[in-house]
Amino acid sequence: MIHFSKVTKRYPNGFEALVDVSLHIKKAEMVFLTGHSGAGKSTLLKMIPLIERPSAGQVIIDDKHLGRVKRRQIPALRRDIGIIFQDSKLLNDRNVFDNVALPLLVSGEHHPREVGRRVRAALDKVGLLNRENDFPVYLSGGERQRVGIARAVVNRPKVLIADEPTGNLDPVLSREIMSLFEQFNQVGVTLLIASHDLELIGSLNKRIVSIRNGRMLADEGGRVEAAQTG
Amino acid sequence: MKEAGLKPHKQANRYSAKDDVKQNVTVKRVPAAQRSGRVGLIKRLRNYFALHFHVLTTTLSQLGRALMGNFMTAVVIGISLALPAALHVFLNKVESLGAAWQESAQISLFLQPNISAQNSTQLMNELKSWPEIDSLEYISPEQALEDFRQNSGLGDALAMLDDNPLPGVVVVSPTMAHQNPAAAESLLERLRQRPEVDLAQLDLEWVQRLHGLIGLAERVVLVLGGLLALAVLFVIGNTIRLAIQNRHDEIEVIKLIGGSDAFVRRPFLYNGMWFGLFGSLLAWLLVNILLMVLDGPVRQLAELYDSQFSLGLVDIKTTLLLLLLGPLLGLVGAWLVTGRRLRVIEPA
Ligand SMILES: Nc1ncnc2c1ncn2[C@@H]1O[C@H](COP(=O)(O)OP(=O)(O)O)[C@@H](O)[C@H]1O
Ligand SMILES: [Mg+2]
Repeated sequence: MIHFSKVTKRYPNGFEALVDVSLHIKKAEMVFLTGHSGAGKSTLLKMIPLIERPSAGQVIIDDKHLGRVKRRQIPALRRDIGIIFQDSKLLNDRNVFDNVALPLLVSGEHHPREVGRRVRAALDKVGLLNRENDFPVYLSGGERQRVGIARAVVNRPKVLIADEPTGNLDPVLSREIMSLFEQFNQVGVTLLIASHDLELIGSLNKRIVSIRNGRMLADEGGRVEAAQTG
Repeated sequence: MKEAGLKPHKQANRYSAKDDVKQNVTVKRVPAAQRSGRVGLIKRLRNYFALHFHVLTTTLSQLGRALMGNFMTAVVIGISLALPAALHVFLNKVESLGAAWQESAQISLFLQPNISAQNSTQLMNELKSWPEIDSLEYISPEQALEDFRQNSGLGDALAMLDDNPLPGVVVVSPTMAHQNPAAAESLLERLRQRPEVDLAQLDLEWVQRLHGLIGLAERVVLVLGGLLALAVLFVIGNTIRLAIQNRHDEIEVIKLIGGSDAFVRRPFLYNGMWFGLFGSLLAWLLVNILLMVLDGPVRQLAELYDSQFSLGLVDIKTTLLLLLLGPLLGLVGAWLVTGRRLRVIEPA
Protein backbone atom coordinates (compact mmCIF):
# COMPACT_ATOMS: atom_id res chain seq x y z
CA MET A 1 0.00 0.00 0.00
CA ILE A 2 2.80 2.41 0.93
CA HIS A 3 6.25 1.96 -0.62
CA PHE A 4 9.27 4.11 0.11
CA SER A 5 12.33 3.10 -1.87
CA LYS A 6 15.68 4.78 -1.22
CA VAL A 7 14.03 8.06 -0.35
CA THR A 8 16.27 10.99 0.45
CA LYS A 9 14.95 14.40 1.39
CA ARG A 10 17.23 17.38 1.23
CA TYR A 11 15.58 20.65 2.29
CA PRO A 12 16.38 23.82 0.33
CA ASN A 13 18.87 24.85 3.03
CA GLY A 14 20.85 21.69 2.25
CA PHE A 15 19.84 19.79 5.39
CA GLU A 16 19.22 16.09 4.79
CA ALA A 17 16.16 15.16 6.83
CA LEU A 18 15.86 11.68 5.33
CA VAL A 19 18.66 9.56 3.89
CA ASP A 20 18.08 6.48 1.78
CA VAL A 21 14.92 5.34 3.55
CA SER A 22 13.16 2.24 2.26
CA LEU A 23 9.91 1.09 3.83
CA HIS A 24 7.05 -1.08 2.76
CA ILE A 25 3.69 -0.99 4.49
CA LYS A 26 1.11 -3.52 3.46
CA LYS A 27 -2.56 -2.95 3.01
CA ALA A 28 -4.45 -2.89 6.32
CA GLU A 29 -1.23 -2.70 8.30
CA MET A 30 -0.83 -0.41 11.31
CA VAL A 31 2.70 0.91 11.70
CA PHE A 32 4.26 3.26 14.23
CA LEU A 33 7.06 5.56 13.25
CA THR A 34 9.27 6.59 16.10
CA GLY A 35 12.48 8.48 16.73
CA HIS A 36 13.85 11.49 18.57
CA SER A 37 12.60 14.96 17.85
CA GLY A 38 14.08 16.07 14.55
CA ALA A 39 14.66 12.49 13.40
CA GLY A 40 12.62 13.02 10.26
CA LYS A 41 9.25 11.48 11.18
CA SER A 42 7.18 14.42 9.99
CA THR A 43 9.27 14.71 6.85
CA LEU A 44 8.58 11.08 6.02
CA LEU A 45 4.82 11.44 6.60
CA LYS A 46 4.68 14.60 4.47
CA MET A 47 5.84 12.63 1.43
CA ILE A 48 2.59 10.63 1.40
CA PRO A 49 0.11 13.48 0.70
CA LEU A 50 2.83 15.24 -1.32
CA ILE A 51 3.31 18.10 1.12
CA GLU A 52 6.99 17.47 0.40
CA ARG A 53 8.58 15.65 -2.51
CA PRO A 54 11.63 13.40 -2.23
CA SER A 55 14.96 14.74 -3.49
CA ALA A 56 15.81 11.20 -4.55
CA GLY A 57 14.06 7.86 -4.49
CA GLN A 58 10.46 6.88 -5.02
CA VAL A 59 7.21 6.85 -3.11
CA ILE A 60 4.36 4.67 -4.33
CA ILE A 61 0.94 4.81 -2.69
CA ASP A 62 -1.66 2.29 -3.76
CA ASP A 63 0.22 1.64 -7.03
CA LYS A 64 0.46 5.33 -7.81
CA HIS A 65 3.96 6.73 -8.39
CA LEU A 66 3.88 10.03 -6.55
CA GLY A 67 6.77 11.32 -8.64
CA ARG A 68 4.42 11.32 -11.62
CA VAL A 69 1.61 13.14 -9.85
CA LYS A 70 1.37 16.66 -11.19
CA ARG A 71 0.61 19.67 -9.01
CA ARG A 72 -2.88 19.81 -10.45
CA GLN A 73 -3.57 16.21 -9.37
CA ILE A 74 -2.45 16.62 -5.77
CA PRO A 75 -5.88 17.59 -4.34
CA ALA A 76 -7.46 14.39 -5.71
CA LEU A 77 -4.62 12.37 -4.17
CA ARG A 78 -5.08 14.00 -0.78
CA ARG A 79 -8.80 13.27 -0.77
CA ASP A 80 -8.00 9.58 -0.63
CA ILE A 81 -5.71 10.00 2.39
CA GLY A 82 -6.82 10.91 5.89
CA ILE A 83 -4.41 13.16 7.75
CA ILE A 84 -4.38 13.74 11.51
CA PHE A 85 -2.20 16.40 13.09
CA GLN A 86 -0.82 16.91 16.56
CA ASP A 87 -2.73 20.20 16.89
CA SER A 88 -5.81 18.77 15.11
CA LYS A 89 -5.97 21.84 12.79
CA LEU A 90 -9.70 22.46 13.09
CA LEU A 91 -11.23 25.62 11.64
CA ASN A 92 -12.30 27.76 14.57
CA ASP A 93 -14.90 29.77 12.68
CA ARG A 94 -17.20 26.80 12.19
CA ASN A 95 -18.76 24.19 14.41
CA VAL A 96 -17.87 20.53 14.77
CA PHE A 97 -20.37 19.41 12.15
CA ASP A 98 -19.05 21.82 9.52
CA ASN A 99 -15.45 20.90 10.30
CA VAL A 100 -16.14 17.23 9.77
CA ALA A 101 -18.24 17.95 6.66
CA LEU A 102 -15.41 19.85 4.97
CA PRO A 103 -13.74 16.87 3.24
CA LEU A 104 -17.12 15.89 1.81
CA LEU A 105 -17.68 19.36 0.35
CA VAL A 106 -14.13 19.35 -0.99
CA SER A 107 -14.77 16.11 -2.84
CA GLY A 108 -18.03 17.28 -4.31
CA GLU A 109 -20.67 15.84 -2.00
CA HIS A 110 -23.10 18.57 -1.09
CA HIS A 111 -26.39 16.84 -0.69
CA PRO A 112 -27.47 17.82 2.83
CA ARG A 113 -28.98 14.44 3.65
CA GLU A 114 -25.92 12.49 2.53
CA VAL A 115 -23.52 14.93 4.21
CA GLY A 116 -25.52 14.79 7.44
CA ARG A 117 -25.63 11.01 7.42
CA ARG A 118 -21.92 10.59 6.92
CA VAL A 119 -20.80 13.34 9.27
CA ARG A 120 -22.94 11.85 12.05
CA ALA A 121 -21.61 8.37 11.34
CA ALA A 122 -18.05 9.67 11.69
CA LEU A 123 -18.87 11.63 14.84
CA ASP A 124 -20.62 8.61 16.29
CA LYS A 125 -17.51 6.57 15.79
CA VAL A 126 -15.36 9.00 17.79
CA GLY A 127 -18.10 9.36 20.41
CA LEU A 128 -18.94 13.02 19.79
CA LEU A 129 -22.36 12.73 18.24
CA ASN A 130 -23.86 15.11 20.79
CA ARG A 131 -21.27 17.86 20.17
CA GLU A 132 -21.93 18.58 16.49
CA ASN A 133 -23.10 22.15 17.14
CA ASP A 134 -20.21 23.14 19.39
CA PHE A 135 -17.33 25.28 18.23
CA PRO A 136 -13.78 23.90 18.53
CA VAL A 137 -12.77 26.43 21.21
CA TYR A 138 -15.30 24.88 23.59
CA LEU A 139 -13.82 21.40 23.24
CA SER A 140 -11.10 19.81 25.32
CA GLY A 141 -7.81 18.77 23.69
CA GLY A 142 -8.91 15.15 23.49
CA GLU A 143 -12.26 16.08 21.99
CA ARG A 144 -10.62 18.32 19.40
CA GLN A 145 -8.32 15.51 18.43
CA ARG A 146 -11.31 13.17 18.04
CA VAL A 147 -13.05 15.72 15.81
CA GLY A 148 -9.85 15.84 13.76
CA ILE A 149 -10.01 12.05 13.45
CA ALA A 150 -13.68 12.16 12.44
CA ARG A 151 -12.76 14.67 9.73
CA ALA A 152 -9.94 12.42 8.53
CA VAL A 153 -12.17 9.35 8.18
CA VAL A 154 -15.43 10.91 6.96
CA ASN A 155 -14.35 10.44 3.34
CA ARG A 156 -13.56 6.72 3.91
CA PRO A 157 -9.85 6.92 3.06
CA LYS A 158 -7.91 3.72 2.63
CA VAL A 159 -4.83 5.29 4.20
CA LEU A 160 -4.64 7.27 7.43
CA ILE A 161 -1.50 9.10 8.52
CA ALA A 162 -1.14 10.74 11.91
CA ASP A 163 1.70 12.97 13.07
CA GLU A 164 2.06 12.76 16.86
CA PRO A 165 -1.70 12.55 17.33
CA THR A 166 -1.36 12.12 21.09
CA GLY A 167 1.48 14.60 21.57
CA ASN A 168 -0.69 17.02 23.51
CA LEU A 169 -2.77 14.48 25.44
CA ASP A 170 -2.47 12.75 28.80
CA PRO A 171 -1.91 8.96 28.89
CA VAL A 172 -5.58 8.04 29.35
CA LEU A 173 -6.75 10.14 26.41
CA SER A 174 -3.79 8.93 24.34
CA ARG A 175 -4.83 5.34 24.91
CA GLU A 176 -8.38 6.17 23.83
CA ILE A 177 -7.14 7.70 20.60
CA MET A 178 -4.92 4.68 19.91
CA SER A 179 -7.80 2.28 20.43
CA LEU A 180 -9.80 4.30 17.92
CA PHE A 181 -6.97 3.82 15.44
CA GLU A 182 -6.98 0.10 16.18
CA GLN A 183 -10.69 -0.02 15.35
CA PHE A 184 -10.07 1.62 11.98
CA ASN A 185 -7.26 -0.81 11.35
CA GLN A 186 -9.59 -3.71 12.08
CA VAL A 187 -11.85 -2.65 9.23
CA GLY A 188 -8.97 -2.59 6.77
CA VAL A 189 -7.56 0.93 6.91
CA THR A 190 -3.80 1.24 6.51
CA LEU A 191 -2.31 3.45 9.22
CA LEU A 192 1.07 5.11 9.65
CA ILE A 193 1.41 6.93 12.96
CA ALA A 194 4.37 8.99 14.08
CA SER A 195 4.85 9.01 17.83
CA HIS A 196 7.69 9.16 20.31
CA ASP A 197 5.60 7.82 23.17
CA LEU A 198 7.48 4.50 23.31
CA GLU A 199 5.64 3.28 26.39
CA LEU A 200 2.25 3.67 24.74
CA ILE A 201 3.11 2.19 21.36
CA GLY A 202 5.13 -0.60 22.95
CA SER A 203 1.98 -1.81 24.67
CA LEU A 204 0.04 -2.08 21.42
CA ASN A 205 1.94 -4.96 19.86
CA LYS A 206 2.24 -3.37 16.40
CA ARG A 207 5.09 -2.95 13.96
CA ILE A 208 7.44 -0.14 14.97
CA VAL A 209 9.84 1.59 12.60
CA SER A 210 12.52 3.74 14.22
CA ILE A 211 14.55 6.40 12.52
CA ARG A 212 17.46 8.43 13.79
CA ASN A 213 18.92 11.45 12.04
CA GLY A 214 16.98 10.63 8.92
CA ARG A 215 18.14 7.02 8.64
CA MET A 216 16.22 3.80 9.25
CA LEU A 217 17.39 2.31 12.52
CA ALA A 218 15.10 -0.61 13.25
CA ASP A 219 11.94 -2.25 11.95
CA GLU A 220 10.48 -4.61 14.48
CA GLY A 221 7.38 -6.37 15.74
CA GLY A 222 3.94 -6.77 14.34
CA ARG A 223 5.14 -8.56 11.22
CA VAL A 224 3.57 -11.84 12.10
CA GLU A 225 0.31 -10.21 12.90
CA ALA A 226 0.52 -8.05 9.79
CA ALA A 227 1.03 -11.13 7.68
CA GLN A 228 -2.07 -12.66 9.18
CA THR A 229 -4.34 -9.74 8.71
CA GLY A 230 -2.94 -7.99 5.66
CA MET B 1 -18.66 0.85 11.44
CA LYS B 2 -20.45 0.18 8.22
CA GLU B 3 -22.30 3.45 8.53
CA ALA B 4 -19.19 5.53 7.93
CA GLY B 5 -18.45 3.43 4.95
CA LEU B 6 -15.18 1.89 6.01
CA LYS B 7 -14.83 -1.30 4.05
CA PRO B 8 -15.01 -4.29 6.40
CA HIS B 9 -11.67 -6.00 6.61
CA LYS B 10 -12.99 -9.48 5.96
CA GLN B 11 -14.44 -8.39 2.70
CA ALA B 12 -11.12 -6.84 1.73
CA ASN B 13 -9.48 -10.17 2.37
CA ARG B 14 -11.56 -11.87 -0.26
CA TYR B 15 -9.84 -9.99 -3.07
CA SER B 16 -6.63 -11.30 -4.46
CA ALA B 17 -3.88 -8.70 -4.78
CA LYS B 18 -4.61 -8.40 -8.48
CA ASP B 19 -8.31 -7.77 -7.95
CA ASP B 20 -7.41 -5.18 -5.44
CA VAL B 21 -5.33 -3.24 -7.91
CA LYS B 22 -8.05 -3.39 -10.53
CA GLN B 23 -10.67 -2.22 -8.10
CA ASN B 24 -8.49 0.64 -7.00
CA VAL B 25 -7.87 1.75 -10.54
CA THR B 26 -11.54 1.99 -11.43
CA VAL B 27 -12.29 3.71 -8.19
CA LYS B 28 -9.48 6.23 -8.18
CA ARG B 29 -10.89 9.00 -10.36
CA VAL B 30 -14.29 9.17 -8.70
CA PRO B 31 -14.53 11.17 -5.47
CA ALA B 32 -14.89 8.96 -2.46
CA ALA B 33 -18.37 10.30 -1.87
CA GLN B 34 -19.57 8.85 -5.13
CA ARG B 35 -17.83 5.52 -5.19
CA SER B 36 -21.00 3.54 -5.29
CA GLY B 37 -22.46 3.44 -8.77
CA ARG B 38 -22.36 5.74 -11.75
CA VAL B 39 -22.70 9.44 -11.13
CA GLY B 40 -25.80 10.72 -12.91
CA LEU B 41 -25.92 14.04 -14.68
CA ILE B 42 -28.78 15.17 -12.46
CA LYS B 43 -26.76 14.47 -9.37
CA ARG B 44 -23.76 16.32 -10.80
CA LEU B 45 -25.91 19.32 -11.66
CA ARG B 46 -27.58 19.21 -8.28
CA ASN B 47 -24.17 19.03 -6.63
CA TYR B 48 -22.93 21.92 -8.73
CA PHE B 49 -25.76 24.22 -7.74
CA ALA B 50 -25.69 23.03 -4.16
CA LEU B 51 -22.00 23.87 -4.03
CA HIS B 52 -22.49 27.37 -5.38
CA PHE B 53 -25.46 27.98 -3.13
CA HIS B 54 -23.44 26.77 -0.18
CA VAL B 55 -20.53 29.08 -0.97
CA LEU B 56 -22.92 31.96 -1.67
CA THR B 57 -24.58 31.68 1.72
CA THR B 58 -21.49 30.90 3.77
CA THR B 59 -19.54 33.83 2.32
CA LEU B 60 -22.51 36.06 3.05
CA SER B 61 -22.72 34.94 6.66
CA GLN B 62 -18.95 35.38 6.99
CA LEU B 63 -19.32 38.98 5.82
CA GLY B 64 -21.96 39.45 8.50
CA ARG B 65 -19.44 38.57 11.20
CA ALA B 66 -17.22 41.62 10.64
CA LEU B 67 -20.18 43.81 9.86
CA MET B 68 -18.70 47.24 10.57
CA GLY B 69 -15.48 46.84 8.62
CA ASN B 70 -17.23 45.27 5.67
CA PHE B 71 -19.88 47.96 5.71
CA MET B 72 -17.19 50.64 5.48
CA THR B 73 -15.66 48.90 2.48
CA ALA B 74 -19.09 48.75 0.84
CA VAL B 75 -19.58 52.47 1.55
CA VAL B 76 -16.28 53.36 -0.11
CA ILE B 77 -17.27 51.29 -3.14
CA GLY B 78 -20.75 52.82 -3.07
CA ILE B 79 -19.47 56.39 -3.12
CA SER B 80 -16.98 55.61 -5.87
CA LEU B 81 -19.76 54.17 -8.00
CA ALA B 82 -22.30 56.82 -7.04
CA LEU B 83 -20.25 59.73 -8.40
CA PRO B 84 -20.11 58.70 -12.06
CA ALA B 85 -23.61 57.21 -11.81
CA ALA B 86 -25.03 60.51 -10.56
CA LEU B 87 -23.30 62.50 -13.30
CA HIS B 88 -24.53 60.02 -15.89
CA VAL B 89 -28.11 60.33 -14.65
CA PHE B 90 -27.95 64.15 -14.65
CA LEU B 91 -26.60 64.25 -18.16
CA ASN B 92 -29.35 61.92 -19.31
CA LYS B 93 -31.96 64.25 -17.83
CA VAL B 94 -30.44 67.34 -19.41
CA GLU B 95 -30.18 65.54 -22.72
CA SER B 96 -33.84 64.58 -22.63
CA LEU B 97 -34.64 68.20 -21.91
CA GLY B 98 -32.59 69.25 -24.94
CA ALA B 99 -34.40 66.69 -27.07
CA ALA B 100 -37.76 68.15 -26.04
CA TRP B 101 -36.66 71.62 -27.09
CA GLN B 102 -35.19 70.39 -30.29
CA GLU B 103 -38.68 69.47 -31.46
CA SER B 104 -39.50 73.15 -31.69
CA ALA B 105 -36.66 73.76 -34.11
CA GLN B 106 -37.31 76.75 -36.38
CA ILE B 107 -35.51 78.44 -39.22
CA SER B 108 -35.59 82.20 -39.46
CA LEU B 109 -35.17 83.69 -42.95
CA PHE B 110 -34.09 87.33 -42.90
CA LEU B 111 -35.07 88.69 -46.31
CA GLN B 112 -33.04 91.11 -48.42
CA PRO B 113 -33.65 94.70 -47.14
CA ASN B 114 -35.06 96.14 -50.35
CA ILE B 115 -37.22 93.26 -51.42
CA SER B 116 -40.75 94.13 -52.49
CA ALA B 117 -43.84 92.95 -50.61
CA GLN B 118 -44.92 91.19 -53.76
CA ASN B 119 -41.69 89.24 -53.90
CA SER B 120 -42.06 88.17 -50.29
CA THR B 121 -45.58 86.89 -50.90
CA GLN B 122 -44.34 84.98 -53.91
CA LEU B 123 -41.62 83.40 -51.81
CA MET B 124 -44.15 82.47 -49.14
CA ASN B 125 -46.42 80.83 -51.69
CA GLU B 126 -43.59 78.84 -53.13
CA LEU B 127 -42.27 77.63 -49.79
CA LYS B 128 -45.76 76.52 -48.77
CA SER B 129 -45.54 73.77 -51.38
CA TRP B 130 -42.31 72.32 -49.97
CA PRO B 131 -43.03 68.97 -48.34
CA GLU B 132 -40.36 69.49 -45.66
CA ILE B 133 -42.12 72.57 -44.35
CA ASP B 134 -44.92 72.31 -41.89
CA SER B 135 -45.89 75.96 -41.44
CA LEU B 136 -44.73 79.45 -42.26
CA GLU B 137 -45.12 82.78 -40.59
CA TYR B 138 -44.34 86.10 -42.22
CA ILE B 139 -43.26 89.04 -40.11
CA SER B 140 -43.24 92.22 -42.18
CA PRO B 141 -40.60 94.94 -41.50
CA GLU B 142 -43.33 97.15 -40.03
CA GLN B 143 -44.54 94.47 -37.66
CA ALA B 144 -40.96 93.66 -36.69
CA LEU B 145 -40.34 97.28 -35.89
CA GLU B 146 -43.51 97.45 -33.83
CA ASP B 147 -42.53 94.31 -31.87
CA PHE B 148 -39.10 95.73 -31.30
CA ARG B 149 -40.47 99.06 -30.14
CA GLN B 150 -42.68 97.35 -27.59
CA ASN B 151 -40.18 94.83 -26.33
CA SER B 152 -36.99 96.85 -26.23
CA GLY B 153 -38.13 100.09 -24.67
CA LEU B 154 -36.10 101.94 -27.27
CA GLY B 155 -39.20 103.40 -28.91
CA ASP B 156 -38.06 107.03 -28.74
CA ALA B 157 -34.71 106.27 -30.27
CA LEU B 158 -36.33 104.35 -33.10
CA ALA B 159 -38.65 107.25 -33.81
CA MET B 160 -35.61 109.29 -34.79
CA LEU B 161 -34.79 106.94 -37.63
CA ASP B 162 -35.99 107.94 -41.10
CA ASP B 163 -36.08 104.42 -42.42
CA ASN B 164 -37.14 101.14 -40.95
CA PRO B 165 -33.80 99.30 -40.67
CA LEU B 166 -35.42 95.89 -40.04
CA PRO B 167 -35.87 93.34 -42.80
CA GLY B 168 -38.90 91.10 -43.30
CA VAL B 169 -38.62 87.73 -41.63
CA VAL B 170 -40.10 84.36 -42.56
CA VAL B 171 -40.21 81.86 -39.72
CA VAL B 172 -40.14 78.31 -41.12
CA SER B 173 -41.22 75.31 -39.01
CA PRO B 174 -40.03 72.05 -40.54
CA THR B 175 -42.29 68.96 -40.37
CA MET B 176 -41.64 66.41 -37.63
CA ALA B 177 -39.60 64.28 -40.01
CA HIS B 178 -37.23 67.19 -40.62
CA GLN B 179 -36.72 68.24 -37.04
CA ASN B 180 -33.52 66.27 -36.53
CA PRO B 181 -30.30 68.25 -36.84
CA ALA B 182 -29.11 66.72 -40.13
CA ALA B 183 -32.44 67.18 -42.01
CA ALA B 184 -32.95 70.66 -40.59
CA GLU B 185 -29.43 71.53 -41.65
CA SER B 186 -30.00 70.47 -45.28
CA LEU B 187 -33.27 72.37 -45.39
CA LEU B 188 -31.43 75.39 -44.06
CA GLU B 189 -28.85 75.03 -46.84
CA ARG B 190 -31.54 74.97 -49.55
CA LEU B 191 -33.27 78.02 -48.10
CA ARG B 192 -29.98 79.87 -48.02
CA GLN B 193 -29.68 79.44 -51.80
CA ARG B 194 -32.78 81.57 -52.37
CA PRO B 195 -31.91 85.00 -53.78
CA GLU B 196 -34.60 86.66 -51.61
CA VAL B 197 -32.89 85.40 -48.44
CA ASP B 198 -30.20 87.55 -46.94
CA LEU B 199 -29.55 85.44 -43.88
CA ALA B 200 -30.92 82.05 -42.82
CA GLN B 201 -30.54 80.95 -39.23
CA LEU B 202 -31.35 77.64 -37.63
CA ASP B 203 -32.50 78.08 -34.05
CA LEU B 204 -31.24 74.56 -33.55
CA GLU B 205 -27.69 75.72 -33.28
CA TRP B 206 -27.75 76.13 -29.56
CA VAL B 207 -29.30 72.68 -29.21
CA GLN B 208 -26.40 71.34 -31.21
CA ARG B 209 -24.00 73.17 -28.97
CA LEU B 210 -25.76 71.65 -25.99
CA HIS B 211 -25.40 68.26 -27.66
CA GLY B 212 -21.73 68.90 -28.15
CA LEU B 213 -21.31 69.90 -24.54
CA ILE B 214 -23.23 66.89 -23.32
CA GLY B 215 -21.13 64.66 -25.55
CA LEU B 216 -18.02 66.12 -24.01
CA ALA B 217 -19.43 65.77 -20.53
CA GLU B 218 -20.39 62.15 -21.25
CA ARG B 219 -16.82 61.51 -22.20
CA VAL B 220 -15.59 63.11 -19.00
CA VAL B 221 -18.01 60.93 -17.05
CA LEU B 222 -16.74 57.89 -18.92
CA VAL B 223 -13.12 58.68 -18.08
CA LEU B 224 -14.03 59.52 -14.49
CA GLY B 225 -16.13 56.38 -14.26
CA GLY B 226 -13.24 54.33 -15.61
CA LEU B 227 -10.87 55.77 -13.03
CA LEU B 228 -13.31 55.22 -10.20
CA ALA B 229 -14.03 51.68 -11.42
CA LEU B 230 -10.29 51.13 -11.22
CA ALA B 231 -10.36 52.48 -7.66
CA VAL B 232 -13.20 50.06 -6.81
CA LEU B 233 -11.15 47.26 -8.31
CA PHE B 234 -8.25 48.19 -6.03
CA VAL B 235 -10.44 48.56 -2.93
CA ILE B 236 -12.00 45.15 -3.47
CA GLY B 237 -8.66 43.62 -4.40
CA ASN B 238 -7.11 44.97 -1.24
CA THR B 239 -9.99 43.77 0.93
CA ILE B 240 -9.73 40.29 -0.55
CA ARG B 241 -5.96 40.35 -0.13
CA LEU B 242 -6.43 41.04 3.58
CA ALA B 243 -9.05 38.31 3.80
CA ILE B 244 -6.54 35.87 2.29
CA GLN B 245 -3.96 36.90 4.90
CA ASN B 246 -6.50 36.40 7.69
CA ARG B 247 -7.50 33.00 6.41
CA HIS B 248 -4.02 31.77 5.66
CA ASP B 249 -4.22 28.85 8.10
CA GLU B 250 -7.67 27.89 6.94
CA ILE B 251 -6.50 27.82 3.32
CA GLU B 252 -3.64 25.54 4.32
CA VAL B 253 -6.00 23.14 6.08
CA ILE B 254 -8.39 23.06 3.14
CA LYS B 255 -5.51 22.30 0.80
CA LEU B 256 -4.34 19.57 3.16
CA ILE B 257 -7.65 17.77 2.98
CA GLY B 258 -7.67 17.96 -0.81
CA GLY B 259 -9.29 21.29 -1.70
CA SER B 260 -8.43 22.21 -5.27
CA ASP B 261 -7.26 25.69 -6.27
CA ALA B 262 -10.74 26.38 -7.61
CA PHE B 263 -12.37 25.24 -4.38
CA VAL B 264 -10.12 27.48 -2.31
CA ARG B 265 -10.64 30.41 -4.65
CA ARG B 266 -14.40 30.24 -4.95
CA PRO B 267 -15.35 31.79 -1.60
CA PHE B 268 -13.05 34.75 -2.26
CA LEU B 269 -14.62 35.35 -5.66
CA TYR B 270 -18.08 35.33 -4.10
CA ASN B 271 -16.77 37.62 -1.41
CA GLY B 272 -15.66 40.15 -4.01
CA MET B 273 -18.98 39.82 -5.78
CA TRP B 274 -20.88 40.52 -2.57
CA PHE B 275 -18.82 43.65 -1.95
CA GLY B 276 -19.54 44.83 -5.48
CA LEU B 277 -23.26 44.11 -5.13
CA PHE B 278 -23.61 45.89 -1.78
CA GLY B 279 -21.49 48.76 -3.09
CA SER B 280 -23.68 49.22 -6.14
CA LEU B 281 -26.88 48.98 -4.08
CA LEU B 282 -25.51 51.71 -1.84
CA ALA B 283 -24.54 53.77 -4.88
CA TRP B 284 -28.05 53.39 -6.29
CA LEU B 285 -29.49 54.53 -2.97
CA LEU B 286 -27.11 57.51 -2.77
CA VAL B 287 -27.93 58.72 -6.27
CA ASN B 288 -31.65 58.43 -5.59
CA ILE B 289 -31.29 60.42 -2.38
CA LEU B 290 -29.32 63.05 -4.28
CA LEU B 291 -32.02 63.25 -6.96
CA MET B 292 -34.72 63.63 -4.35
CA VAL B 293 -32.83 66.35 -2.53
CA LEU B 294 -32.22 68.30 -5.74
CA ASP B 295 -35.67 67.73 -7.20
CA GLY B 296 -37.35 70.61 -5.32
CA PRO B 297 -34.92 73.35 -6.40
CA VAL B 298 -34.81 72.03 -9.97
CA ARG B 299 -38.60 72.03 -10.17
CA GLN B 300 -38.71 75.64 -8.98
CA LEU B 301 -36.14 76.63 -11.55
CA ALA B 302 -38.04 74.82 -14.29
CA GLU B 303 -41.27 76.53 -13.33
CA LEU B 304 -39.62 79.86 -14.02
CA TYR B 305 -39.26 78.69 -17.60
CA ASP B 306 -42.80 77.30 -17.72
CA SER B 307 -41.45 73.77 -17.78
CA GLN B 308 -42.75 70.67 -16.00
CA PHE B 309 -39.20 69.31 -15.82
CA SER B 310 -38.39 67.21 -12.75
CA LEU B 311 -35.52 64.89 -11.95
CA GLY B 312 -37.44 61.77 -10.93
CA LEU B 313 -35.49 58.67 -9.83
CA VAL B 314 -32.69 56.61 -11.38
CA ASP B 315 -33.98 55.02 -14.57
CA ILE B 316 -34.22 51.25 -15.04
CA LYS B 317 -31.34 51.08 -17.51
CA THR B 318 -28.90 52.85 -15.23
CA THR B 319 -30.11 50.77 -12.28
CA LEU B 320 -29.47 47.52 -14.12
CA LEU B 321 -26.13 48.78 -15.37
CA LEU B 322 -25.10 49.70 -11.83
CA LEU B 323 -26.28 46.42 -10.31
CA LEU B 324 -24.46 44.48 -13.00
CA LEU B 325 -21.28 46.50 -13.04
CA GLY B 326 -20.75 46.46 -9.26
CA PRO B 327 -20.70 42.68 -8.81
CA LEU B 328 -18.69 42.32 -12.01
CA LEU B 329 -16.04 44.70 -10.71
CA GLY B 330 -16.02 42.80 -7.43
CA LEU B 331 -15.58 39.51 -9.21
CA VAL B 332 -12.78 40.83 -11.42
CA GLY B 333 -11.04 42.52 -8.46
CA ALA B 334 -11.16 39.29 -6.47
CA TRP B 335 -10.14 37.27 -9.50
CA LEU B 336 -7.05 39.37 -10.11
CA VAL B 337 -5.87 39.24 -6.54
CA THR B 338 -6.57 35.57 -5.76
CA GLY B 339 -4.97 33.50 -8.52
CA ARG B 340 -1.27 33.51 -7.71
CA ARG B 341 -1.66 34.49 -4.07
CA LEU B 342 -3.71 31.42 -3.27
CA ARG B 343 -1.60 29.13 -5.40
CA VAL B 344 1.57 29.91 -3.47
CA ILE B 345 -0.01 29.02 -0.12
CA GLU B 346 1.16 25.49 0.48
CA PRO B 347 0.84 23.45 3.65
CA ALA B 348 4.23 22.87 5.26
N1 LIG C 1 11.31 23.08 5.74
C1 LIG C 1 12.45 22.72 6.33
N2 LIG C 1 13.61 23.30 5.96
C2 LIG C 1 14.75 22.94 6.53
N3 LIG C 1 14.87 22.00 7.48
C3 LIG C 1 13.76 21.38 7.88
C4 LIG C 1 12.49 21.71 7.32
N4 LIG C 1 11.56 20.94 7.92
C5 LIG C 1 12.22 20.15 8.80
N5 LIG C 1 13.53 20.42 8.77
C6 LIG C 1 14.55 19.75 9.56
O1 LIG C 1 14.54 18.38 9.26
C7 LIG C 1 14.73 17.61 10.43
C8 LIG C 1 13.62 16.62 10.57
O2 LIG C 1 12.44 17.32 10.87
P1 LIG C 1 11.07 16.58 11.14
O3 LIG C 1 10.80 15.68 10.00
O4 LIG C 1 10.06 17.60 11.45
O5 LIG C 1 11.42 15.74 12.42
P2 LIG C 1 10.47 15.06 13.49
O6 LIG C 1 9.08 15.16 12.98
O7 LIG C 1 10.96 13.66 13.58
O8 LIG C 1 10.66 15.79 14.77
C9 LIG C 1 14.83 18.57 11.59
O9 LIG C 1 16.19 18.74 11.92
C10 LIG C 1 14.27 19.84 11.05
O10 LIG C 1 14.92 20.95 11.61
MG1 LIG D 1 7.43 16.13 13.79
